[in-house]
Amino acid sequence: MRWIGLSLVAMVALLAALGSLLLGATEIAPGSLIGAFVAPDPGSMEHLILRTERLPRALIASVVGASLAVAGALTQTLTRNALAAPSILGINAGAMCFVVIASSFFALRSPLALVWVAFFGALMAALLVALLGRERSGGLSPLRTVLGGVAVTALFVSLAQGLLIVDQDGFESLLLWLAGSVAGRGLDVLTPLLPFFLVTAVLCALMVRQLNLLILDDEVAKGLGQRTGWARLLAGVAVIVLAGGSVALAGLIGFVGLIVPHMVRALFGRDHRWVLPGCALLGGGLLLAADTLARLLMPPQEVPVGVMTALLGTPFFLYLARRRSFAP
Amino acid sequence: MSSAIVVRLAGGRLSLCVERRTLVVTLLLAAVLAVSALASLSLGSQATPPGAVLEALLYPARSGIALIVHEIRLPRVVLAVLVGACLGVAGLLLQGLVRNPLASPDVIGITGGAALAAVSFLALGGVALGEAWLPWVALSGALSVTLLILALSGRGVTPARLVLIGIGLAAALGAGTTLVLVLATDTTAMQAYVWLSGSLYAAQWRSVAGLAPWALVGLPLALVLARRLDVLALGDELAAGLGASVRRTQLMLLLLAVALAGAAVAFAGGLSFVGLLAPHIARRLVASRHTGLVPATALIGALIVLLADLLGRVAFQSRDLPAGIFVAGVGAPFFVYLLYRWR
Repeated sequence: MRWIGLSLVAMVALLAALGSLLLGATEIAPGSLIGAFVAPDPGSMEHLILRTERLPRALIASVVGASLAVAGALTQTLTRNALAAPSILGINAGAMCFVVIASSFFALRSPLALVWVAFFGALMAALLVALLGRERSGGLSPLRTVLGGVAVTALFVSLAQGLLIVDQDGFESLLLWLAGSVAGRGLDVLTPLLPFFLVTAVLCALMVRQLNLLILDDEVAKGLGQRTGWARLLAGVAVIVLAGGSVALAGLIGFVGLIVPHMVRALFGRDHRWVLPGCALLGGGLLLAADTLARLLMPPQEVPVGVMTALLGTPFFLYLARRRSFAP
Repeated sequence: MSSAIVVRLAGGRLSLCVERRTLVVTLLLAAVLAVSALASLSLGSQATPPGAVLEALLYPARSGIALIVHEIRLPRVVLAVLVGACLGVAGLLLQGLVRNPLASPDVIGITGGAALAAVSFLALGGVALGEAWLPWVALSGALSVTLLILALSGRGVTPARLVLIGIGLAAALGAGTTLVLVLATDTTAMQAYVWLSGSLYAAQWRSVAGLAPWALVGLPLALVLARRLDVLALGDELAAGLGASVRRTQLMLLLLAVALAGAAVAFAGGLSFVGLLAPHIARRLVASRHTGLVPATALIGALIVLLADLLGRVAFQSRDLPAGIFVAGVGAPFFVYLLYRWR
């Protein structure tokens, strides 16, 4: 049954990818899709748009969606908190703020260097939230963690906004980026990140069993002979890489990491062997669909995709916030 | 209570009990505010000695700088004071109402609602209708969000959950505001963005005249109603047992807070964190019941906005930075610190 479900999710993601490639200001006939990549015709406008515009955009959207969703699932497991996600805990904002500082003050332009800066920012934010969310007894309080995330987000966003107003030259492009957007980015931004994402994917695949134990109480896991410390540390590193990398690619895109894991758990249960691939597929598909929708909503203007996901995700956040239990 | 001063008015219908320490601190704060206002009037692209400013204020006919002082700097200073006072008191009322030190108009989305309504109004060409509508639009935005928070919270929801729901709404409202900004034309977008981060740049007497009625009615009303917060602080059941009509009092205070915050946002943009900072600083300074806290909070809020505006004007000679940047620069770390302390 789960295999059928996973194939259905994959089909949906594939459909979203097709829609993202074909729909937009210029509608492209499905027939020219294969031709554009097998036998590109230099004179064809459709082929040019597909190869230079639509394909990089669709690739970036699917990678960002997949990593945000997986990062969300890992965060929810690590904190045992249904409301946790990289965007809500301020991890995305931390990465964004450090990238803004590096690119506006130190004129850092190389994509690889900015990626490392984003990782560092994500790490700083995560440490700050962990400090704020800690209870006297030592555990993480779900409510405190979310409030800590809000405080950390406020801190970094207000800092970045201040810098943007001081440095108005970069305002136009950075506003779109602050709101989250996968538009107008080439594949050269994606390539330096791919090795990081691949290593993280392998890491996640290797540690699914340990992740399943992290859902349990620490006592139970220890009783089963597991050392949870390493699993926690590695899962934390995976979150930093996935969230920081996504921010370096597409800016602040919220709520994907919150919603998708919940949808996937409703479909497949809580076993990480199914949750993680499901999150990757559904997250990529969701962001592709949101991005296509953002393009089609009010042409010729484009809505930043981060705005779309926030508008779609808030009702879900409110539903979770009203529930009695914080367990994922 | 040995050093308390009791004032009774109108045959006991209105009585105030003020501690001596509160009175001293309040007077000191007022003095500091007056000095800061004078400094703000003197400093700027063309620095003028305070003496000349005083002369311009008292005898405008004789002074050569009367125009600068009266038409450019004075409205800005007065607006900063009014906005800060309104936001601070709104934060104090909210924190008392939901019994949560983290509540403030901007954290739970009330300011966000006002901002979304105002930005949409501006982007849809509402200026053609007349600016007089702007505060009402902002107020209705703030009010709708408040009602939405209340409806979503329902009865028996803990204050912490209410803040959580407000935070979720604030995120959606922020996204909505960004959406409107992106879809608006470029010039409107930059204007609205600077307005959003809280700027008193183009303050004119018109804005002062618009905000003044709200402040002049709202602030004294807050002073009179504040004592009810002391009763509410005991908990709903105990307050009801003491004869307070809990729901009605809560609704009244909430509406007052929304009116103060919405009006302030309408005329000065989204100055975040003033409503969070001012009540906390006031509590450190006066350690009083709510009646004593209202004037202190109003003065501290005014002082914060005034100093932030002054800093934004003077610190970077070439540019006039929105006051909101400096308030957020202090406010956001303070928010983090508060959360760290709140166990």
